[in-house]
Amino acid sequence: MSAIVGVDVGGTFTDLFALDPATGTFRTGKVPSRRGDEAAGFLDGLDTVGGVGGLAAVVHGTTVGTNALLERKGARIGLIATRGFRDVLEMRRRDRPHTWGLWGDFVPVVDRDLRVEVDERTRADGTVLLPVDPAQVAEAGRALRARGVEAIAVAFINAYANPANERAAMAALRALWPEGHLCCSSDILPEIREFERTSTTALNAYLQPVVGAYLGRLEAALDQRRFRGAFHIVQSNGGVMSTAMARRLPVRTALSGPAAGVIAAAAIARAAGFPDVITGDLGGTSFDVSLIADGQPAFAAQASIDFGLVIRTPMVEITTIGAGGGSIARVDAGGLLQVGPESAGSVPGPVCYGGGNDRPTLTDANLVLGRINADRPIGGALARLDVDAAREAIARHIGAPLGLDALAAAEAIVRVANARMAGAIRLLSIERGHDPARFALMPFGGGGALHAGALMREVGLKATLVPRFPGVTSALGCVLADLRHDQVQTVNLMLDGLDAAALDARLAAAGAEARGVIERAGLPIEGVEVRFEADMHYLGQTHTVAVPLPFRLTSGGTVGVHAEAIRSAFEAAYSAAFSRLLPEIPIRIANLRTIAIGRRPPLDLASLAPPPGASRAAAERGTRPVWFDGTAHETAVWSRLDLPVAAEILGPAILEQPDATIVVDPGLMARVDRLGNLVITRA
Amino acid sequence: MSLDPVTLAVLKGRLEQIADEMDATLARSAFNPIIAEARDLSHGLYHAETGETLVQGHAGLPIFVGATAFAVRAVIAAAAQEGGARPGETWIFNDPYDGGTHLNDFRLVRPVFRQGRLFCWIASVGHWLDIGGNVPGGYNPRATDAHQEGVRIPPVRLMREGMVDPAIVAILQANTRVPLSNWGDLNGQINALDLGERRLHALLDEAGEEVVAEALAALSARAEALMRSEIARLPDGTYAAEDFLDNDGIADAPLPIRLAMTIAGDAMTLDFTGSAPACAGPLNISRATTIACCYVALKHLFPEVPANGGCLAPIRFVVPEGSLLAANAPKPVAGYTETILRVIDTVFRAFAQAAPARATAGPFATINALSISGWREAATRWVMFCFFGGGLGGNPESDGLNHGNNPISTATIPPLEILEAAYPVRFTQWALRPDSGGPGLHRGGLGAIYEIAVDDPRGAEAFLLGERGRFPPFGVNGGGNAAPNRFGYETESGWESPPMVSKVFGVRLAPGARVRLETPGGGGWGEARARDPARVARDVRLGYVSVEAARRDYAVVVSADGTVDAAATAALREGGAA
Repeated sequence: MSAIVGVDVGGTFTDLFALDPATGTFRTGKVPSRRGDEAAGFLDGLDTVGGVGGLAAVVHGTTVGTNALLERKGARIGLIATRGFRDVLEMRRRDRPHTWGLWGDFVPVVDRDLRVEVDERTRADGTVLLPVDPAQVAEAGRALRARGVEAIAVAFINAYANPANERAAMAALRALWPEGHLCCSSDILPEIREFERTSTTALNAYLQPVVGAYLGRLEAALDQRRFRGAFHIVQSNGGVMSTAMARRLPVRTALSGPAAGVIAAAAIARAAGFPDVITGDLGGTSFDVSLIADGQPAFAAQASIDFGLVIRTPMVEITTIGAGGGSIARVDAGGLLQVGPESAGSVPGPVCYGGGNDRPTLTDANLVLGRINADRPIGGALARLDVDAAREAIARHIGAPLGLDALAAAEAIVRVANARMAGAIRLLSIERGHDPARFALMPFGGGGALHAGALMREVGLKATLVPRFPGVTSALGCVLADLRHDQVQTVNLMLDGLDAAALDARLAAAGAEARGVIERAGLPIEGVEVRFEADMHYLGQTHTVAVPLPFRLTSGGTVGVHAEAIRSAFEAAYSAAFSRLLPEIPIRIANLRTIAIGRRPPLDLASLAPPPGASRAAAERGTRPVWFDGTAHETAVWSRLDLPVAAEILGPAILEQPDATIVVDPGLMARVDRLGNLVITRA
Repeated sequence: MSLDPVTLAVLKGRLEQIADEMDATLARSAFNPIIAEARDLSHGLYHAETGETLVQGHAGLPIFVGATAFAVRAVIAAAAQEGGARPGETWIFNDPYDGGTHLNDFRLVRPVFRQGRLFCWIASVGHWLDIGGNVPGGYNPRATDAHQEGVRIPPVRLMREGMVDPAIVAILQANTRVPLSNWGDLNGQINALDLGERRLHALLDEAGEEVVAEALAALSARAEALMRSEIARLPDGTYAAEDFLDNDGIADAPLPIRLAMTIAGDAMTLDFTGSAPACAGPLNISRATTIACCYVALKHLFPEVPANGGCLAPIRFVVPEGSLLAANAPKPVAGYTETILRVIDTVFRAFAQAAPARATAGPFATINALSISGWREAATRWVMFCFFGGGLGGNPESDGLNHGNNPISTATIPPLEILEAAYPVRFTQWALRPDSGGPGLHRGGLGAIYEIAVDDPRGAEAFLLGERGRFPPFGVNGGGNAAPNRFGYETESGWESPPMVSKVFGVRLAPGARVRLETPGGGGWGEARARDPARVARDVRLGYVSVEAARRDYAVVVSADGTVDAAATAALREGGAA
């Protein structure tokens, strides 16, 4: 009873990674996702890795929340707001979808007639100007229920400063609807800025019934198979939470699957001796990039899932650009070659899929250049790819207007796509002051490793680290991820004259509470770490810098708050971001953040390494012509998983495995490390 | 030698990222919410000799995209008089006649040298909260010359050899009600320039000056080619449009803006002959500002054309000297935002005739610069200053956006909780305004209602500079106009409305008294009576449109809960007039 399985349910495939820590053995699995009948797909997948019998835990990365948001398929919900403010959600921050061009519309997740106002008001300093009337809230709740809502969100003005009115309203609703999906803004996000707080709260309510029902179906199916282990969910912050917490805070699952991938990437990179990596997940329509520095992923404080759908909660920072295998290449009116953001998706897909699209894509270009094997498409859905159709489409749409032959045009498509991917990587790295020469690229997904050489060259990265199983990285991340709980509170405290004892008590209480959430989750952990951060600024600024506070929760219930230590930490963080300190201006602590992390037992990634019997000879797969820089090279092809540890492959070379293709450019060398990763460097 | 398209695309991305990072650096380190929250800022790279815009950040305020080139030109001229630009210096100024816009917009302009030669200029523009003048925040609706609007700084060296000149800072600090805020913003702009210069040097080290210079020239040529191809798609001819400003705040008479847009092949002429002469109040703009706002209008109509100086090459401008649109010192200019919005409206109106199928109805097109100000203690002033939102126009694809921002801006509105935490004010309403969107097949987006109470025992005073109180945002292709702007304030004898409609100078507000702003929606697109009754019913159910307006404007008979009386509606629609 010790095996643990990570399950990543994506749009096309469900990926699995099962590990038995007792024996150090693992299995991977890939089955088609079953949209609408996820539980069946989930169990199919578990069957491929040995079934649920004997499983200690299942950890799940899900896109059910993301898809409900993107497709607007959340629940019918009601919102109860302060009198005069029901439109905060719909008015947003007065933005528009595009900088240039005034078209575009916005439909909020709660219709205006389901947003009800009640009399109540709290001031910015937290004093209650007008207490809420529970009878009025109950009446609003009854009216909303009569309209068929499945969940109710409560978001009052200035509730971050004092949750009393929201709590009274929640009590009135709970009495009326004990089993209802209810949430309030001071519970979900007690942070200043009414739109962001209301939006996050409303989206949480919007997801509660959907995610709750989904988890219920999975749990029922697992129960039926007599699963007795723990079932957990990966959050957007890359940490794991209980399903009880996921039901309460489903908004924290918006980037669950991709975040798990980044967690795995960080673990693999650390183990391989590359603490600084940039991950690149090339899918059909997009390229997702994230940055890992000193072994830790970068975090963002909020994200827009779509125009106006703002979620403010710490998330692994993932930058997405519209450049994927299905991105369409075209020559624009000004004669410039563009690749994406328009995409042929997976249906109809690239020209070579024969699905009816006749406009060339990045995948078509890779195919024409010989980089992809036409006879062994990855994923296994197609028997072969139509090279002739791809070549013809590239010649007609790109070659003719640019005066290039099909091969040169295909190379140009790849170069422009590389430039866009490199731009996304630069935005995350160089533009934030990270020296690319310190970083390695970690491609995952099926196509990322096709472009590794060019990305290394264009961005100036020192190496590429291809994980052993690029196609199941997110599933592996589910197995590796720590437990995590984040909490924020707006405090607006001046550093001058700080009441250190009061702040100490506040942090100690927040820390103890967060620690409790981790300890109650029921997964085996080695220890709990509680960290504190503050969002701070000079008085008068509205934006803040994130300041790690040098305090630790002690058993004595104190954290050792000291104003001067806070000041030094702030000045260090501010100097790192901006060139000029402003010593004459007072400093303020805007928000306090508490982060509790439950460390999971480490996994020895050496268990993924190639078996001792592997040999270079057994991995040979002949040669084929591949184009590099305008010339055909007769290029060796290898079966990647059959290569032994320490095998060295000089480029040009193609390495194939069932879920990915790796291109080693001329002038580069690939080496299998002791964990089975492939490390590509300049030869 | 000519750069291959791929290298060009790569360099374009790198250069734009530099400008984007400068935008982000100022927004994150600025003090006043107009910059930090509303992003009233802009950064870019400018040509060493001509000052032409080379590259512009995406987050920058659209109006600055065109205007900053004129500002850099002013610095080039000033530097030439003093023996030329030198490494390590940074210029500062806010002269609106030289650089466009108004006194609050401070420009920091820095030369970037490579091996002793000037390679290009980088510039940072940000809206400072207060720079003196009669009205806190600068939007003086009664100004009759620029000296009443604030302090005017000609192009001078703020930094020499990398060091800030304390004398310049002392002069700036002595001429504002909010010295700390301005000091913070000034440092934010220096942060942005420092970062931009660092990044640009790194790129030049890597790619070489010649290659980057060639890429910049090629990008400008490409913008021109794209703009020409867009113009060539429009039928040749002259399209006349006019619109009006309510008044200049001094005399209650409308100010016409007239445009003749002539398309001839791939060239366009924008001729403003017939527009009002320069006015006594603060609604004047300089010629540079007029050209900059036409650029903004064209960028909205042709979003694919890149943001650099090349896209203006196919356009000829006729702006009569001494008119409202080519005013000279010391004509007051603080309310320039209202005039440029109306110029943009005339370009949209003329375009709607040239290409009705692609037309967009008028946006709300007034910024409603509202300041509420009081005294914390004896000598500490507080100034809450904000611009407000409204509806965007109906368009060929959909209804207009509810509560968007103006075409000249990408600014987000400060959260009311941030305003309440910073100033003694309390919002009593923040809501969509029913019946404010122009009726149409595609309805105009809704404007908003903002109601604010003074929460200071000493009371406060309010100033407003807004427009569209008498001439509402326009519909196109048969769509109706939006609701006009409205402003009211509470006195001992009840609610009052100002005589100049949306221009208010220092009305006294007792403790607890409220002001109420109701902003316009966007105009409607297409015939309202052709709108599906089910969609009208939904608008009624959601409270976007009243039962009365549904009957009057859409000829739909519907109850408040959204139930359509199909027979009565059919009869009304067949009968013609409602």
